[in-house]
This record gives sequence, C-alpha cells and structure tokens, in this order.
Amino acid sequence: MTGTSARGSGSGDSDHTRHLLHQMLRVRRLEEQCVELYSAAKIRGFLHVYIGEEAVAAGVMSTLGPDDAVVATYREHGHALLRGVPAGAILAEMYGYVEGCCRGRGGSMHLFDAATRFYGGNAIVAGGLPLAVGLALADKMSGRSRVTACFFGEGAVAEGEFHESLNLAALWQLPVLFCCENNLYAMGTALARSESQTDIALKAAGYEIASWSADGMDVLAVEETARRAVDAVRAGGGPHFLELRTYRFRAHSMFDPERYREKAEVSRWMERDPIDKLRKALEAAGQLSDKDWKSIQQDVEAEVKAAVEFAEAGTLEPVEDLTRFVYSERSPQ
Amino acid sequence: MKTTYREAMRAAIRDALQRDERVFLMGEDVGAYGGCFAVSLGLFEEFGPERIRDTPLSESGFVGAGIGAALGGMRPIVEIMTVNFSLLALDQLVNNAATLLHMSGGQFNVPLVVRMTTGAGRQLGAQHSHSLEGWYAHIPGLRILTPATLEDARGMLWTALEDPDPVLIFEHGTLYNVAGDLADDAGPVDISTAAVRRPGQDISLITYGGTLPVVLDAAAQLAGDGINAEVLDLRVLRPLDDAAILGSVAKTHRAVVVDEGWRSGSISAELSARITENAFFDLDAPVGRVCSAEVPLPYAKHLELAALPTAERIVAAAREAVGARG
Repeated sequence: MTGTSARGSGSGDSDHTRHLLHQMLRVRRLEEQCVELYSAAKIRGFLHVYIGEEAVAAGVMSTLGPDDAVVATYREHGHALLRGVPAGAILAEMYGYVEGCCRGRGGSMHLFDAATRFYGGNAIVAGGLPLAVGLALADKMSGRSRVTACFFGEGAVAEGEFHESLNLAALWQLPVLFCCENNLYAMGTALARSESQTDIALKAAGYEIASWSADGMDVLAVEETARRAVDAVRAGGGPHFLELRTYRFRAHSMFDPERYREKAEVSRWMERDPIDKLRKALEAAGQLSDKDWKSIQQDVEAEVKAAVEFAEAGTLEPVEDLTRFVYSERSPQ
Repeated sequence: MKTTYREAMRAAIRDALQRDERVFLMGEDVGAYGGCFAVSLGLFEEFGPERIRDTPLSESGFVGAGIGAALGGMRPIVEIMTVNFSLLALDQLVNNAATLLHMSGGQFNVPLVVRMTTGAGRQLGAQHSHSLEGWYAHIPGLRILTPATLEDARGMLWTALEDPDPVLIFEHGTLYNVAGDLADDAGPVDISTAAVRRPGQDISLITYGGTLPVVLDAAAQLAGDGINAEVLDLRVLRPLDDAAILGSVAKTHRAVVVDEGWRSGSISAELSARITENAFFDLDAPVGRVCSAEVPLPYAKHLELAALPTAERIVAAAREAVGARG
C-alpha cells in the first residue's frame, strides 16, 4: 500500500495557493521571532523551532475541519498557530504569562487549546499517539464523523507506543491520520543509525494501514496527499499514515551545537526551502505579483508584531494560584 | 444479600454500563475470556464487544487510548491485569493522565478510571505480587482508591466515574473471594474519607486494602489481651484523609501503620511523617510500622508468608507500642 504521491502541480486555485504561502510564512516569522526572544531571555526552558518544516503543518492543517482534533509534539508552535490558536496567546504562553494559551503552565513544549481541539504540545516522544487513538475511539463509539490528526517525528517510530498505537488504530479501524514528520534526525541521531528499516511508510503498511509518503518540502504535495487521506479516514476507511519527508533547518533546540550533521547537508536542504520554492513557482506562473508578496509579508509582520505586543503586556498568574488545575475545580465527592 | 468482593465489583461495572452509555470497559481478556480474575465474567455476552473491549497486550497503548477516549467525552474503565503490568503504562499514567489538566491551564481534564489488582499472598512470585499503589499515591493529579470491603467494591466505581479527574482503583488479589452480606440497595459511596472499621481507644492500627482483614484479625487477638485497638481503613491513599488519621491518633495516642508495600520510601513512611509532624504531642509512643520485607516477593509459600505483614507481626508491633506507655 505504500507509494509516493503525485507532486504538487501548483495548478490549483491560485488564491488558495497564496493562502498556503501566507500560512507557511506566518509560521516562519513566528519561529524567527521566538528565536530572537529566546536570545533576549524573554522565553526560557527548551525551545524547538519548526523552521524548514512549515509545509508539513500547513499542508495537513488545511485539510482539517473545525470539529477534527490535532495531537502534536513539543515542536508544535506552527501546528498550534495554523490550527487557529492566536499568535499572541502562543507567545504569551512562552513568556510564562496568564494570558498564554495554558496560563503559563505549559510553555513552549505544552501548548493546548480546547477551542480548536488542539491536544498538545506532548513532550514525551510517541506519548501523543495513544491519545490520538483514544480520541478517535471516542469519535467512533459516538458515531461522530471526525478525524484526529496526530503529528510526530520519525524518532517516535522506535518507541513501543508507536507500534501499540498503530496496531490498535488498525485493529479497531479508528479515524486517525498519523503524520510522521521525517526530518531525518531524532535530536542528533540519524534515522539510519536508529532504525533497521528506514522506510517508515513500510512499517505502517505492516499494520495494514494505508500508508503514503510525500515530499514534505512541497506544501501542495503534502496537502494533496493529506486531503486524500483525510477524505478516506472521514469516509470510514480506517487509519491512514503519511510519511512527510522534511528537514529542520535550525538546531534541534537552542542548546544543540549540531555536531551530528554537515553544514553542506543543511545547505542542500535549504535550497529546497518550502516557502522560497512555492513563492518562485507562483511567480513563475504569474500568480504572485511583487505587490501580492509584499502584502503577505506586511500582513505577517503585523501579526507577529501584535503578538509580541500582546505577550509583552502579559501578566503573571498570582502565586496563590500555583496549585490550581492539579484537580478539577468541581468539588470532589 | 450474600455476595463476594468479585461479584460486588462486577455489579458495580454492570451498573455503570447501564447508567451511562459513555461508560465502557477495556483491557486484556476482559471480554471473551471473562476477565483474568473473572471480575467481568458474563459482561461480554451482556454488553457486547464494543463496550467490553478486549485489547492486545499493550498497556501503554490502551491506557493512553483510555485517556484519549476520556478527553473525547467517554467514561472509560480501563482494567490492567496487575499493578506490575501497569509499569508498562507509567508514561501514560504519570506523564499524561496526571498532568494534562495542569499543563493545559485547566482546559483538559481526564475523567478516566483505571482498575488493577495488587498485592501478594497467592504464590505468584516477584512479577505479579507487588504493592505499588503507594508509588502512585506520590503523584499529584491522581486519586488512589483501595476498596477493602464489599461496600467499597460495590460503591467506589460509580463515584470514581463521576470524578472529572483520573482515578486508580487497586483491588487486592486476595479479596476477590471474600464473601459476606451486602445490602440489597448498596450503591455509590464517597471516595474521599477514611473509615473506622473497629472503634477502640488504646491504639490506632492504620491500614488499607488487602491487609484490612489481617489487621482486623490482629485487633481481635489484641482484644483478648485487653488491648482495645481502633482499626482505620484509609480507603483513599491520595488525597489522604488527614482529619480521620489525626483524629484517631488524638484519641488513642498510639499508632501502628500496616502496609503491604515495602517500608522504604512508602505510603507508610508518609503516614508516619504526617502523624509525627501534626500530632507529635498527642503521641505516647513512636509510630510503628509493619510492612513487607524488602525483597522481591518470593514464590515459596513459607518465604512469601515470612515477607508479608501477618496478624502475629501486627500484634507484636501493637504490644510494643502499648508497652512503651511512659
């Protein structure tokens, strides 16, 4: 059942394609801003940015509806943003302020948002997969036609929870879209140094799950493949698995000296920058004028600037509230 | 009516399945096999494979799926065969179930109930016999229940299902065959208080779960010696009912904690510390403890018995505490 999807043709509706370009740029600029704010010590803890991988989240998110659910990893700022969590609430969370999407209790690695059914922000590799299986089980048992999209890196493939979750989802034919963001490195460990079988889509196929690979640097290819998969999942076709081949341009986290990969390799991948690539394709097709591109950039700049202002104006939760939300505030019996 | 702990637990599950269509039972061999300890025997036939859901041997996967299903609006009861196997699901229980509400700033509560057997006494060796509920009681965000009576076996589950947060229920393996009378209208009970199972004024014997019958036996022996022991059944290991614990000690001025877990770093250590911190000047003797010997539980009957809290050891500890009267 494995196969490589058709490449994005760029021939779709040009408004929509410009929208995808806009979405990717929103993530890129927010992440660049996060790095700046980290260097300025406004953000602390661990910070993992998604620069280079934007096409994956942008392509998949555009195929989901408001009732669907998303489970993501600790490299999830972009997923949260594209799912609809306001940039200001994301930044305020990283500032540790009560205006953050988790009142400052989660931080960069634990963004959650009930309004958009965004279930984290999971910082245990593969720990989110069983949650996605359960969310989908609830939908199936309740007769709801929803999809749960679960993002994880290729490092998760080595964990037992990956295999347990794929087996359960396939066994019970649950509406889960597994999205493996294969960026080739589990922190500093290359795929070939951690997996005996490096064809990840093949592993999913071993669980009788329809499993497709796509170029994760091409947002149109990701979107097209994801749309086919989401449609199939929603139609009752059981879980589907996407291996999205991508690359992280920046270090794993702000503490990573990148000893494990060559600069030349990074440069080669940066030539495939998903934003540049789509912009150039649109320009070549006469579908993106200078004015259009400037307008997108200005829009994104304004959004990020407003988000920083929102976060800067944030406030600290009173320390007296420290122990709230350990248990629900409905009185226990 | 005459019943057993096992039947009372089954009645509780059946009742929950009938009362709330969001409730389902999921775990290894809960369905076609009838439950590894026959707790769910017959429910598969009665409620079908969707609601009595057999799982593969993947504790982390199906416990995590229970958490996800709870987030998705269901009220899952997840059964894990034994507490030892629950260690394979520690990631989901500790990193997810216990933390999601807090990490999400109050947005996502996890109304999940997990049941599992615990404890020794059945010659099952070191990978099926441990009492690790005290470990779980260390974790903020979880509620830890240890039903020791027919009433609690029948009544704790429904209240746990109404709790918006994760609840772990530990069923001691030696209790399943305990038989007795249960009121025909027995129903939900509270899951926040300790209960005095035998009032007394000379010493507080504080215990929970599978050792409650052993402690009651010890108390009966002590009564023959003119020592009137109060037996306090904790029922809930997290949050602990401090008022009941300290109230009993304030009355008796002596306490022995009986815990089938190991002594070091245990719930018995926590109880001893709380009594010492909060009731030091009420005490007429040091707080005593009777725990399991610090060995992986052995198979051979005589060695297993030697490792566990017995009525004889409890009586000896109580006598020592009473003899220390100054």
